[in-house]
Amino acid sequence: MNFALDPATAWLIIAAAAATYLTRVGGYVLITRMSSIPPRLEAALNAVPAAVLTTLCAPAFFNGGLDIKLAMLVALVVSLKYPGLIMLAAGWATAMLCRHAFGL
Amino acid sequence: MNRSEIVEGLRGGAVVALSSAPFAVLFGAVAVDNGLNLPEVALMSATVYAGASQLVGIELFGQHVAAWLVVLSIFAVNFRHVLYSAALTRYLTHFTLGQKLLAFFVLIDPQFAETVRRAESGKTITLEWYLAFAAVIYVPWLVFSIIGAAFGSMIGDPRVWAIDVLLPLYFLGIVVGFRRKPNFYPVVIASFIGSVLGYQLVGSPWHVSIGAAFGVLVAALMPLPQASGTKTAKAGHS
Repeated sequence: MNFALDPATAWLIIAAAAATYLTRVGGYVLITRMSSIPPRLEAALNAVPAAVLTTLCAPAFFNGGLDIKLAMLVALVVSLKYPGLIMLAAGWATAMLCRHAFGL
Repeated sequence: MNRSEIVEGLRGGAVVALSSAPFAVLFGAVAVDNGLNLPEVALMSATVYAGASQLVGIELFGQHVAAWLVVLSIFAVNFRHVLYSAALTRYLTHFTLGQKLLAFFVLIDPQFAETVRRAESGKTITLEWYLAFAAVIYVPWLVFSIIGAAFGSMIGDPRVWAIDVLLPLYFLGIVVGFRRKPNFYPVVIASFIGSVLGYQLVGSPWHVSIGAAFGVLVAALMPLPQASGTKTAKAGHS
């Protein structure tokens, strides 16, 4: 493996870190300036994580093969009752079974 | 120095460190699979320090998406922290400005949840407790990312070991974790439709922005609940 930092990648990571830190002090800066957040803005802010993360698994499900679709469906059902790691293991095992036992 | 505060912080944080270790390994392995090397993995875990967004960034990085869009997506995933730091401010008023700035740097989901729980049980949030809790999560997160990166580079084709399905599964798990938040179903359905449409009609990576915009817009237009304040719902794990 190459052990040298690629400057472009390093800068990208630093920018991502700065953007993340901005969100972590942002609330402090805002709250010391304004008395309350407008409810519609708050509702929109609250929806951001679920909205973004949905877009990251929807195309994988929609465009993926039967192995991915089955793995995600199994994981979805498991995740309703069990913690994240068990869900991950169940989905992963399903994909492994599909690929190596059923040749999907 | 208050020894018992430090011990309590270390003990509480250790649980989080253990349960997030597999995700750190996953991050390291997926990062290498998407073209990062070991020092870059370490740099990202040390400076971004936000599990879900690190995986989002890596996923887009692997698709050779424009750099600003990678940063914007990480910013979007981490946007919830604005609510965290806003909600936490009232418990940290006795910190100096420097201490607050340091405290916000390590403000991950479990750190937020545990600090609020501790403060609401009537305890003062000491710097010793807060930083002990943070350190015992931060250091393993970094170490396990590096282990994942070292291990990941030894795996040949990610398909054989089904490494490629882990990321969508991981995101799916976080989404399901949000299911008790207000407007969850309308937001997720809108984002699903928006991202699939965006993917088919415009193409990757725009499906992320288009899908997210659909979901957020729907949330903003939904009827408001009766008692709405600046209360922050606990937002799953990072």
